Amino acid sequence: MSKISRDEVAHLAGLARLAVTEEELDTFAGQLDVILESVARVGEVAAQDIPPTSHAVPVTNVFREDEVRPSLPREAALDGAPAAEENRFRVPRILSEEA
Amino acid sequence: MTQTATGGGSELTGLTAADLADRLASGEVSAVEATRAHLDRIAAVDGTVHAFLHVDEEGALAAARQADDDRAAGRPASPLAGVPLALKDVFATSDMPTTCGSKMLEGWVPPYDSTVAERLREAGIVVLGKTNMDEFAMGSSTENSAYGPTRNPWNTERIPGGSGGGSAASLAAFEAPLAIGTDTGGSIRQPGAVTGTVGVKPTYGGVSRYGLVAFSSSLDQPGPCARTVLDAALLHEAIAGHDPMDSTSINAPVPQVAAAAREGAAGDLTGVKVGVVREFAGEGYQPGVERSFQAAVAQLSKLGAEVVEISCPHFEYALGAYYLIAPSEASSNLARFDAMRYGLRVGDDGTRSAEEVMSMTREAGFGPEVKRRIMLGTYALSSGYYDAYYGQAQKVRTLITRDFTAAFEQVDVLVSPTTPSTAFPLGERTGDPLAMYLADLCTIPVNLAGNAAMSVPSGLSDEDGLPVGLQIMAPAMADDRLYRVGAAYETARDAASGGPLIESIPALEVA
Repeated sequence: MSKISRDEVAHLAGLARLAVTEEELDTFAGQLDVILESVARVGEVAAQDIPPTSHAVPVTNVFREDEVRPSLPREAALDGAPAAEENRFRVPRILSEEA
Repeated sequence: MTQTATGGGSELTGLTAADLADRLASGEVSAVEATRAHLDRIAAVDGTVHAFLHVDEEGALAAARQADDDRAAGRPASPLAGVPLALKDVFATSDMPTTCGSKMLEGWVPPYDSTVAERLREAGIVVLGKTNMDEFAMGSSTENSAYGPTRNPWNTERIPGGSGGGSAASLAAFEAPLAIGTDTGGSIRQPGAVTGTVGVKPTYGGVSRYGLVAFSSSLDQPGPCARTVLDAALLHEAIAGHDPMDSTSINAPVPQVAAAAREGAAGDLTGVKVGVVREFAGEGYQPGVERSFQAAVAQLSKLGAEVVEISCPHFEYALGAYYLIAPSEASSNLARFDAMRYGLRVGDDGTRSAEEVMSMTREAGFGPEVKRRIMLGTYALSSGYYDAYYGQAQKVRTLITRDFTAAFEQVDVLVSPTTPSTAFPLGERTGDPLAMYLADLCTIPVNLAGNAAMSVPSGLSDEDGLPVGLQIMAPAMADDRLYRVGAAYETARDAASGGPLIESIPALEVA
């Protein structure tokens, strides 16, 4: 397995929406490298024909009756919001200036 | 049996939940008195232990008054009505903050209750407050809490285990007779082991995850924590059972765990086959832990159990598989903390984009371990690495499940040490994530396969005088076997050493 580079960590942080600092990039690159080297041991197991398990309880399509039930009142849903306006969540701009 | 430990505080806080329930039933003690005693104990020792992130004195006393009123009217809500409990801060509670030990959720009060919180209320159990934990349940020492570590009541310079260190420490400090934890890779059992208390990870799907802040959804499982096996069983029955709000909840009768604990306490394990996991010994195990484990195995054999050695060849790959699967699921689950609908928002100055605010918030709100795991999971799931990491880990998960299936064709339960060492010193492993992960070595296979396991105190390690846990593992939906074997062992161990292990805990300094 290839060693994880500082640039790769920066890419991962971008994907994960983490505005990490320069110092963190160094720390995480070193730590992730050690961790990945250790967990890569799973690759030693010959498992070509083994089916993967994603879940201990293999259930599919759990249905319930389609009944109208009370949902969260608007005030309760907005109560924990960082910002709300006109009974809605207020969010920062989602389009760039040029768009 | 009545516990009146040296470290137990008042007479009421020293009682087991079962004993306290008896006294409540007979009218000898009121729920308000019992709750008051525990709140006083928290006020006296939690400055040192820091098991709680939030104590709800008013709510607890109101719940206690309700329990007393119901009993006076001749309709107590359950056998545990009026008994106080400490709830891990990972469960949504509409009347208390729910922080998961994270700055991301500081002060957040959820708009709804988790099923566990609701069942506790329905049972008349008095929730004293919310307990400290590693941030989003990621850790083995509670040092990853954004609100400072919890200290082990056996030695306050040592870790209480994690992620549910607060719940386990609250029991050992006699701040509560019952607690609730969640176990994704050992977060109930490992803290139980290092604090000399009992912790159970029920069969996956046995207890509802609704309203449990998700870390790794295919592994997370709520469960009971207590100072005795019977107490854990009583709590298990109060919270377990099918819940339509959790689609992975098992729709089948709850195993009769309280009856199994009572049967086990009679002390006869004739006809029970116990398998010792060969792979969980040797290098990396503290000698005192191994000696305590060997003594426990000898005790089981004395009780009539047939003990054999069992090989589970793929268990040695469990740690690697877990630290790929759990971070992968976490990276997806924690994407919900996007600074838009609830929780922290940083940098929203009117000029920054949603994406910039999101990235700044997550950077500010998450601690180092959470960031590490999110990036590790992002890596394991990214194209080019998926097959080698996440895909291969899922195949190993299948092989570990098969190891269990083969083992349980030969034996009724498997046993191992719960964790390779006793409580390590605070700060010892914080700079070395991999060393921290090793604390979960023996507990992880059960989470991957979805079956049930318990940690029960097996005594003190002879080299450092700190508690050791015996892990008992059973097949899925055979949780009752844990309680039968656990209670038989506990009774025999207590009898042989002259009393419950918790009675030998040093007294905490009282404020």
